[in-house]
Amino acid sequence: MNAPRAQVDAQTVRFVVNGVAREYSGSPAKRLADVLRDDLGLTGTKIGCNAGDCGACTVLIDGRQVCSCLTAVAQVGGRSVTTVEGLSDAGTLSGLQRAFHQHGAAQCGICTPGMLIAAADLLSRNARPNAEEVKDALGGVLCRCTGYQKIIEAILDVACAEQAPLPTAGAAVGARVPKVDGIAKLTGEERYGADGIPADALWLRVVRSPHHHAAFEVGDLAAFAAAHPGIERVLCARDVPSNGFGIYPHIKDQPVLADGLVRFRGEAVLALVGTRDAVESVGVAELPIRYRKLPPVMGIAAAAAPGAPLVQADKPGNLLLDGWVRKGDAAAAFAGCAAVAEAAFETGFVEHAYIEPEAGWARRIGDRLEIHVTTQTPYMDRDEMALVMKLAREQIRIVPTACGGGFGGKLDLSVQPLVGVAAWLLDQPVACVYTRPESMAASTKRHPSRIRIKSGCDAKGRLLAVETEADFDTGAYASWGPTVATRVPIHASGPYFVPHVSARGRAFFTHCHPSGAFRGFGVPQGAIAHEAMMDELADKLGMDRLAFRRINALKAGDATATGQVLAHSAGLVQCLDALQPHWDAALAACAAFNKSSGARRRGVGIGCMWYGIGNTALSNPSTMRIGLSSKGVLTLYNGAVDIGQGSNTILTQIAADALGLPLQQFNIVMGDTDLTADAGKTSASRQTFVSGKAVELAGRDLRAKLLSLLEASADAALRLEGSVVKATDAQGEHQYDLAWLPSRHGTDALRGEGTFDPPTSPQDANGQGVPYATYAFAAQLALVEVDCDFGTVKVLDIVAAHDVGKAINPIQVEGQIQGGIMQGLGLALMEEYHPGRTENLHDYLIPTIGDMPSMKCILIEDPEPLGPSGAKGVGEPGLIPTAPAILGAIHHATGVRMRQVPVLPHRLRAALKPTETR
Amino acid sequence: MAAYLRPTSQSEAVAALAQRNLTILAGGTDFYPSRVGQPLTEDILDISAIAALREIGEDAGHWRIGATTTWSDLLSARLPPLFDGLKLAAREIGGVQIQNAGTIAGNLCNASPAADGVPPLLALDARVEIADAKNITNVALAEFILGNRKTLLRPDQLLTAILIPKPEHAARSRFVKLGARKYLVVSIVMVAATLEVDAGRVRGARVALGAASAVAQRLPLLETALIGQACDATLGDHAKADHLAALAPIDDVRASREYRLDAGLALVRRVLKELGEVA
Ligand SMILES: Cc1cc2nc3c(=O)[nH]c(=O)nc-3n(C[C@H](O)[C@H](O)[C@H](O)COP(=O)(O)OP(=O)(O)OC[C@H]3O[C@@H](n4cnc5c(N)ncnc54)[C@H](O)[C@@H]3O)c2cc1C
Ligand code: FES
Ligand code: FES
Repeated sequence: MNAPRAQVDAQTVRFVVNGVAREYSGSPAKRLADVLRDDLGLTGTKIGCNAGDCGACTVLIDGRQVCSCLTAVAQVGGRSVTTVEGLSDAGTLSGLQRAFHQHGAAQCGICTPGMLIAAADLLSRNARPNAEEVKDALGGVLCRCTGYQKIIEAILDVACAEQAPLPTAGAAVGARVPKVDGIAKLTGEERYGADGIPADALWLRVVRSPHHHAAFEVGDLAAFAAAHPGIERVLCARDVPSNGFGIYPHIKDQPVLADGLVRFRGEAVLALVGTRDAVESVGVAELPIRYRKLPPVMGIAAAAAPGAPLVQADKPGNLLLDGWVRKGDAAAAFAGCAAVAEAAFETGFVEHAYIEPEAGWARRIGDRLEIHVTTQTPYMDRDEMALVMKLAREQIRIVPTACGGGFGGKLDLSVQPLVGVAAWLLDQPVACVYTRPESMAASTKRHPSRIRIKSGCDAKGRLLAVETEADFDTGAYASWGPTVATRVPIHASGPYFVPHVSARGRAFFTHCHPSGAFRGFGVPQGAIAHEAMMDELADKLGMDRLAFRRINALKAGDATATGQVLAHSAGLVQCLDALQPHWDAALAACAAFNKSSGARRRGVGIGCMWYGIGNTALSNPSTMRIGLSSKGVLTLYNGAVDIGQGSNTILTQIAADALGLPLQQFNIVMGDTDLTADAGKTSASRQTFVSGKAVELAGRDLRAKLLSLLEASADAALRLEGSVVKATDAQGEHQYDLAWLPSRHGTDALRGEGTFDPPTSPQDANGQGVPYATYAFAAQLALVEVDCDFGTVKVLDIVAAHDVGKAINPIQVEGQIQGGIMQGLGLALMEEYHPGRTENLHDYLIPTIGDMPSMKCILIEDPEPLGPSGAKGVGEPGLIPTAPAILGAIHHATGVRMRQVPVLPHRLRAALKPTETR
Repeated sequence: MAAYLRPTSQSEAVAALAQRNLTILAGGTDFYPSRVGQPLTEDILDISAIAALREIGEDAGHWRIGATTTWSDLLSARLPPLFDGLKLAAREIGGVQIQNAGTIAGNLCNASPAADGVPPLLALDARVEIADAKNITNVALAEFILGNRKTLLRPDQLLTAILIPKPEHAARSRFVKLGARKYLVVSIVMVAATLEVDAGRVRGARVALGAASAVAQRLPLLETALIGQACDATLGDHAKADHLAALAPIDDVRASREYRLDAGLALVRRVLKELGEVA
């Protein structure tokens, strides 16, 4: 029998979702994740890969966790499905959700639905799991933000999690406040780039180059569209009004759609626009494109070779930028050194691997274009889109959706110009959601580096000279390459006082995806080199590695490599002192462990870093506004996007204390370029420092306006009760009914505004100057265990001491550090992107919950007078010292110095083999 | 719209296969990942509703694991120590989500060189039962998988069960996998071993190594060398590089060829040592 009954039944699938009977009609093979999101409107379930690799789509089927992206909807017929929307009961958070909230277990929140579901599965079987059981249960869900520790802590604490009281007026700064916008991330209500697409939107699919380098011709696109019902239009290069974009005002070298020549595998060539079914069902072979493959220039050596073919015809030598910092006479100073160390280091491409792929949609409204998109930088997007569209800035509105992770990768345009051009031409909403392989092939990466470094010190261990040349692979287009090539030489000698420095940074074009911004802009690569030198010099002098760093640590009053004298807030010595007891204990523990000689050896290492906050020697202002309506509605107009790091919360805390009202009274409008002011991009660890200062000034401005209305004194305590503002001071109580005020700014009757641009000065030809107003400092130690038989490395413990100036919100600061450590561990041990070979999350490995050590954060607060309440930034610093510390620990454990990351098992094993005596 | 058949009996399933070209879908954990960003157009035979295929049973001579038994089903089944190695493998297949959906037979039919189910089942001397509309036959697993993503199965055949012979002597087994991270990781190499032990001596030994050749391989030279040896912590010392000589691993982004051989040998030694130590 042919089972016709089964076939017919399968077309309509009846099942229960979150306790409610639902019915679906359509293809029975459709992924359950798509049915939940598209057919049932339950967008709380996320799609990060459609391949089982990320776990963001995890749901319960009959109480057990499965990937809904791997489940045919037919298979849930008659069964019961629970999604994140089903975890809270009529608006009341479950204990698990409350624990996530209190512990700061959700940063960007894109992994959170999957994490919560996996945890709910565990807790339904085991009410009091231990940490190992939690890891086993959550091992299938990736998180790129948190480093997992707060997630584990939350689950272990479910039984006890209680709502901590929120701080009162004036006590918000420094408090462990849960995210002010955190609840939506726990209930599935948060809307990311792919979640709010209008039902009538056309779909856009990008056709990308399968070759690293090729010339191509396209055939008759109109005829192709006409022959494919449902395809409205096929866009190509000539449809883009101004077909070039790029980060720097003078380098708009990346086409929106390639024009006859592709320079990297994954470059956009055509865009199919039509119904979703139609664009998705076109086979690649049907497309009217003919490629003629050309030999690609791959890697720095090939690009820099004399006579190398040019990636961009007008860039001789394939050189994008040659940046220098020179102080003193390094070459001469080596002659007077008691110890000199020298080595070369190599790092590869690293993928941001945010769990949310690029997504967004656009619509045309008259002569304006509105783009809803996951982004780190709405204002740069606006300005860039104006250029691409040849429209005025005012004609572009960027509305950032929630951002499911960025780490620098969502600073460059992705879907924006594609959906923008399409929506403009077709006058219909147009949406685009990248697939995971597409996201990985098309997006920017961390710059691969080749770094040569030589460091020398005197007999007492004082550094005398550092000489370094760092070459970077910037890929086919400039993107943030210039930033990397200038930032790296400034930081190249490390957070130490060095009288003689010669540091060079060069970026070369190759036929790879553009290298762009990735947490640290090249500084993490540079830190691997300078920290290895510190270890070697200490070893040569027989000094303790921590003590050696302490002698050389930059302190207030010291001049940096660019000749900038640090006036304040250089807390590296305090960081090292805080690590000292942990360092001593770890050294002793390793010695004890290694006595029983076996294949397993333990070692401890240390890494230090400094990091200039904000743009390099460039103006980077933020403006913040706080409005108060005549009804007493208090609104923070915040142009800084919160990409999970918590700026919405931190800025509200600062605003609340500056104004003198409790933070619960604030509403937030985030990032919308029509409603907020330009607060720059969320990168360079700048939002707490720069936007934080701006919002402090805005809060003070509004406070001054209120106090003058109330005729109250400067130290008055404020209250906002409905539309009535009250102030209590030595004279007693004053009050004012805002209802009396006319609305002057939109709905607001009063507004406070603040702008801050950190003071910097341009660098001269030798790189001398004041490139940053302030620097973050940190030191981390890592304890590792190496299995010498296999070359595998397990990081057991990390202790991280960070000088953050002031921790506005310790939960968020710890979260940034822990997440940074996770990415630093990935850089050190497993992450390496190969174009065309690792375009998914099972060939490209990022750390899972089982790969993370226990992490202890020590917050040092050496205040920065320029910053809000003394705060600096912490977004990037978390990851910079981690890889150096791990590499140092591997050497301590095994005696081999690894100079290439990631230290994959086969690389370490190959290095260990010659050292074996057996 | 493509056809989607979801029969509830094996006979319906093989009848359908006899009539038309159908892609078999079980847990979907290999099926969907290989179609990311592609339309789902093929005609599908979903075997997940055939209740009889999801059973674990035994008769006098064999254990029988039904084709749609998931890795989680296996983990929660009460089975003798003979299956410890297979269970260790089950625990390391993806994450719990994958274990809850993925089937053991799917792992075999997908025939990836890195399939973690293959070495432990080779070390269990497993056979696979194959049905078509007319016949039910069975064949040794070692003969079933022909190469990278290639098996003996014809388009009209269904793998219906995995058969594991009951060993003569008390048996123990183990599995260790080497990957570059803890969870959700494709094996760089993995090793499974089953020992039958009587009076402190090895009476039967089956050792298999995976991800170091297109199909996981037994190590017959080593197995022979182990017979009769004292079953203790020195057992690993019997493994020699020569025993791996027939393997032909590849270089890829995960590891070098040389590493796979070197670490493979170390892994074999460790697995044997651990098996020997279980007094
Ligand atoms: C994130 C992730 C992690 C993974 N980790 C691992 C891992 O660590 N180790 C590992 O080995 N594998 C891993 N896998 C692969 C996969 O989960 C396993 O191979 C699984 O056992 C496949 O079973 P399935 O039922 O899901 O197969 P399906 O995807 O349903 O089918 C797989 C193939 O086998 C065929 N098929 C299935 N059943 C039969 C049958 N009874 N008769 C004939 N043909 C059949 C199908 O047509 C298809 O070609 C992972 C997969 C994912 C997505
Ligand atoms: S979307 Fe399902 S696992 Fe990534
Ligand atoms: S919070 Fe986990 S991915 Fe962002």
